[in-house]
Amino acid sequence: MLKTNRREFLKTSGCLVIGFSIGNISSGQNSFIPQELPQSIRRYPDINAWIEVLANGKVRVFTGKAELGQGIRTAIAQVAAEELELSMENVEVVLADTLRTPNEGYTVGSGSIEQSAMAVRYASAAAKMKLLELASDKLKVPVDELVTTNGKVYTKNGRNPITFSEILDGKQISGQVKEPVKLKAKSEYRLSGKPVPREDIGWMVRAHQNYLHDLRFPGMVHARVVRPPVYGAKLKTFDAGYVKKKVPGVLKTVNDGNFLAVIATDEYEAMRAQKVLGQSATWTEAAKVPATEKDLKEYILKLPVETDRVQEKGKITSEEFTHTATYFKPYIMHGSTGPSCSVAIWHNEKLHIWSHSQGIYPLREAIAQMLQMPADKIEITGVPGSGCYGHNGADDVAAEAAIIAMAYPGKHVRLQWSREEEHGWEPYGSAMVVKVGATLDATGKILYWKYDLWSDSHSSRPGGRAENLLPARYIKKMFTSSSKGYIGGATRNSEPYYSIPNQQVNANFFRGPLRVSALRSLGAYGNIFALESFMDELADNAKKDPFDFRLMHLTDQRAKDVVQKLGEMVSNVKPGDGEGLGIAFSRYKNSASYCTVAALVHVDTTAKTLRLKKMWSAIDAGEVINTDGLKNQTEGGMIQAASWTLKEHVKFDGTNISSTDWGTYPILRFSETPEVEVEIIPRQNEEVMGAGEAAQGPAGAAIVNAIFRACGKRIRDLPVKLFQD
Amino acid sequence: MKKAISIHVNGTTHTVNVDPSTPLLYVLRNQLELNGPKYGCGLQQCGACMVLIDGKAQPSCMYPVSAVKEQKITTLEGLGKEGKLHPVQEAFVSEQAAQCGYCLNGMVMSAVSLLSDNPHPDDDEIREGLHRNLCRCGTHSRIIKAVKRASL
Ligand code: FES
Ligand code: FES
Repeated sequence: MLKTNRREFLKTSGCLVIGFSIGNISSGQNSFIPQELPQSIRRYPDINAWIEVLANGKVRVFTGKAELGQGIRTAIAQVAAEELELSMENVEVVLADTLRTPNEGYTVGSGSIEQSAMAVRYASAAAKMKLLELASDKLKVPVDELVTTNGKVYTKNGRNPITFSEILDGKQISGQVKEPVKLKAKSEYRLSGKPVPREDIGWMVRAHQNYLHDLRFPGMVHARVVRPPVYGAKLKTFDAGYVKKKVPGVLKTVNDGNFLAVIATDEYEAMRAQKVLGQSATWTEAAKVPATEKDLKEYILKLPVETDRVQEKGKITSEEFTHTATYFKPYIMHGSTGPSCSVAIWHNEKLHIWSHSQGIYPLREAIAQMLQMPADKIEITGVPGSGCYGHNGADDVAAEAAIIAMAYPGKHVRLQWSREEEHGWEPYGSAMVVKVGATLDATGKILYWKYDLWSDSHSSRPGGRAENLLPARYIKKMFTSSSKGYIGGATRNSEPYYSIPNQQVNANFFRGPLRVSALRSLGAYGNIFALESFMDELADNAKKDPFDFRLMHLTDQRAKDVVQKLGEMVSNVKPGDGEGLGIAFSRYKNSASYCTVAALVHVDTTAKTLRLKKMWSAIDAGEVINTDGLKNQTEGGMIQAASWTLKEHVKFDGTNISSTDWGTYPILRFSETPEVEVEIIPRQNEEVMGAGEAAQGPAGAAIVNAIFRACGKRIRDLPVKLFQD
Repeated sequence: MKKAISIHVNGTTHTVNVDPSTPLLYVLRNQLELNGPKYGCGLQQCGACMVLIDGKAQPSCMYPVSAVKEQKITTLEGLGKEGKLHPVQEAFVSEQAAQCGYCLNGMVMSAVSLLSDNPHPDDDEIREGLHRNLCRCGTHSRIIKAVKRASL
């Protein structure tokens, strides 16, 4: 399946491709406003890169983004159906695939709606214009007397229906989306801005083949990798003969440098072989993990750093602040429910990989470099996996499957990581330390603000660099990591969105003991936790209400609106005995969605229990394509952040990562989960803004602020340990 | 050594030729090609692999296929009747109770099992009933609503 290239695919599926240039637009000029085409359209201006009209009248849409559980498939279908006046059933969406879709880089930073959905909106609108023009020629009726619904074009009085495929007459027209494109008026939307249900949830409950993990190919074999005991250990010896003898069904042991894997016919045999081969292997002592999580904060502050001035406004005249605090956030993991998985086959001098990576194109470049082969010999088909929330093991497992498939040609090789492998080898979200100081003026406004943060990188995605793939550090032609990764991620939301006349923000970058990369919201979670905790502390200092204190430092009306909206949402909440209500605000990246969160906790100091009862969020994400999708993401974001805040830290003991399963890395279970409520501020005439990561930071801060209100204890080190210490 | 083993799954008897110690999960996914039960941890910690064993939701990831014997196994695929979804499946769609949906199999299985024991659970009983199931996406609140809806 899915092995045809794009051209063959068009032939075999019998569909028509439309594409054209929009030179002579003859109607509705007055509705054109100067446009800037979406970036993805500027890179892929051909309409047939985005839209195909199929012979059966349906429309197929291509996106370079991956479905991560954020509902992008549905949102893309909505915008296409909207512009082309189709029903949802008549639109199908093809997700990221190097054989078929545009290269839209990574599915990250809450950018899929901003980038891909907007590209599809323009491409669909352009397609509709062309269909109407062609129909006008055919029917000899002026374009502005034609209308279209459900794949047919009619005259306004409902006569002369003609289908999209009849209009195209079997022709394939090539051409580009060019401005000006006449977009549908937002006031006429039927689907955009509505809670359209996700079709894929129907597939999930019916157990359709939906996930990468569900792919099966005839003759597919199963592989497992033997992991070193610790980061950086070198393979000394192993016994391939022994494993072959002990485990029937072993097909091959694959060894390249320090990379060791085994292939078997049956998955359970592969798992047993992994164990037996692992027991036979000996490794060199490796660099120890130099600290334990217990003294991590002090350890980080002693590491050598590179310092950047992120922000400087006004002048800090004295470092004698009236209020100071230090905050700490440990390493946390993505912890996908389904460990990473990939299938690969090396056949006819071509490598085809199925991956749930967030960036199949950059992954292809990195794998090409690792295998030292041209990238055009590699195709990667994106298939949804378990939710990843950033750069987890997806790219690594795909690279490993590629190495193993190359060593065992002609067969589909499926490689499934175990829970222990995912927990132990994924790149974590970096630990961070923040020191902040401030001085208030006589009216209680912040006059001086100094913020120093310590962080490792927040992204070491493949990005075409082999060294960011785990197995590339183990094979003979070893790629070692030297790059600092994406430093920008650490400073995300480190600058306050509040108006403060004198402020300075500095970032200190260290290389920490654990492998790190992008985790949902990058540095924003740690920064907003610190910043919004500190705002709460200052509000208390100034004897102000936490809502009022934030409002008096905000100038952006939309920011004030989300704060006020949250205030309305919780206006009837009267915290009882031992209860506390905490709030926090942020604008994600200081340029995307506005989000406020409130948390209600109950602390029982006698019984030594902490219960997070409820969380509320008000969010302004500009124009919203799917309101239920946005709510779902925001609810999920709050609950996930509650888990990070209350429970999570990667443990290590000076030698090893000791968080290797859900027992040693507990996350929130049902009994601990808060009720959640989300309200969207409607802004359909504004630009769309990324929202999938907006709740992480404010959710964390709202919880610790609530704990303070409940029992007077200020939590500055995460995770919250109210009674354990 | 491989052995022929018969198991009853979704109303049909299947004979598979596998190592008897193979956990049921792998037989369901690989030999019977069922997508419902998912591999999540292999340690009975997350619930992704849950099936009904004689009507009770149980993890299948450590349960040797040889131990199944006469017990009746039901997977997500076998819940509906005559082409119609089970009310719990319907409720998950109505509440849009998934993000990535990887945990959904186990959630539905736990819920079906819970509702057969306790047709009208309150919120706390639902939480208790789903305690063995992990969801990393934070879909908990919708899952609770879906179970509630199915119980009405
Ligand atoms: S896979 Fe069976 S409980 Fe996690
Ligand atoms: S919806 Fe993704 S793990 Fe539950």
